[in-house]
Amino acid sequence: MTEATPGQTVGPFFHHALAFPGDSELVPFGSAGSVVLHGYVYDGAGDPVPDALIEIRQADAAGVVPSTGGSLRRRGARFTGWGRCCTDGAGHYWFSTVEPGLPFFAVTVFARGLLDRLFTRIYLPGASGAVDGLVAAREDDGRLRFDIHLQGPSETVFFKFPRT
Amino acid sequence: MTTSQHEISDEIAKIQADTPTGAPLLDFAPYRSTRLRHPTKEFQQVDPEGAELLAPVFGHSDVAAAESDLTIGRGGEPIGERIRVHGRVLDGDGRPVRRQLVEIWQANAAGRYSHQGDQHPAPLDPHFTGVGRCLTDDDGWYSFTSIKPGPYPWRNHHNAWRPAHIHFSLFGTDFTQRLITQMYFPGDQLLALDPIAQSITDPAALSRLIATYDHSRSEHEWLLGYRWDIVLTGSHATYLEPSDD
Repeated sequence: MTEATPGQTVGPFFHHALAFPGDSELVPFGSAGSVVLHGYVYDGAGDPVPDALIEIRQADAAGVVPSTGGSLRRRGARFTGWGRCCTDGAGHYWFSTVEPGLPFFAVTVFARGLLDRLFTRIYLPGASGAVDGLVAAREDDGRLRFDIHLQGPSETVFFKFPRT
Repeated sequence: MTTSQHEISDEIAKIQADTPTGAPLLDFAPYRSTRLRHPTKEFQQVDPEGAELLAPVFGHSDVAAAESDLTIGRGGEPIGERIRVHGRVLDGDGRPVRRQLVEIWQANAAGRYSHQGDQHPAPLDPHFTGVGRCLTDDDGWYSFTSIKPGPYPWRNHHNAWRPAHIHFSLFGTDFTQRLITQMYFPGDQLLALDPIAQSITDPAALSRLIATYDHSRSEHEWLLGYRWDIVLTGSHATYLEPSDD
């Protein structure tokens, strides 16, 4: 295998390049069958991380992972199964999406001060075979909540994959 | 703030002697902002499944051809040294990553980002936002026309300067190949001093982030060419090679 190009931090100045209108709305907010997946990103002191970038990749409600273009210009596009959200000043991220027909959202995490991307998963509540600690909570209003801790006693489980 | 470059360089040298690695060390104290942002637990090894096996797909409905030229569309010529950066995106088995999204962002020629968080007292360029996108072609080639970014100061330590760089965001065929990195320029004396670049403690691996000057792509009385190839990690679908390849 050829040696891979190393990663580097996303740095502090990515917002004007990577954010785009509708980036975190895989389906329109409030549309029929939609759900909000949201949470906060924290550092090792429990402080919010206001300069993180979260991306999710997922199956549609029927369990099919779409190979459909159009994520960057969503108006009128079909469900693409991919979204991106920059955390706000409170470290908050959110997506408007559908509950995948497969048990988890695949997640990548980037941030200033984080020298390479991190991979994790967010499982649906009640999913069988979920990795401990990676299950979203169902809030009273129906939203799915999952906080990401880069470090500390509640540190999120991050993954490595074969061949990465 | 009072830490000197000499002290930072000493810290870097000690870590590099102990742990040469091809990927950046996440726990890399010379880059001060890593202190509370690096995971401390071992990563859990898992086999990719479901959505992890398939990267998002982008097409011409996502990206306009003009987005690969950062020097146009802003009402005038940006100031600086006009460059073209081109290269191929390959997977870990050397196969081209086709028709996939490449996103870049960078400072202007004065070392200033068009971003409200950048307080460096260098001029903004009204004709330059420093943001571009393109799709790789059927052989994995990408190309951007831009301005050579300037180095800029940051507050990691006293008199800290980032080497000139362009941020690159890349996707492969698998979600697990996702990469965000930085491309550097050849001969930059600031690279050896930079805790972000030097977090890749194996010099051979760091060299893979440095473009080469490519005179064959320089254009007479117009611009200078640079070549930078990008290799993603391995795909998990190697054995599913389509028969029409």
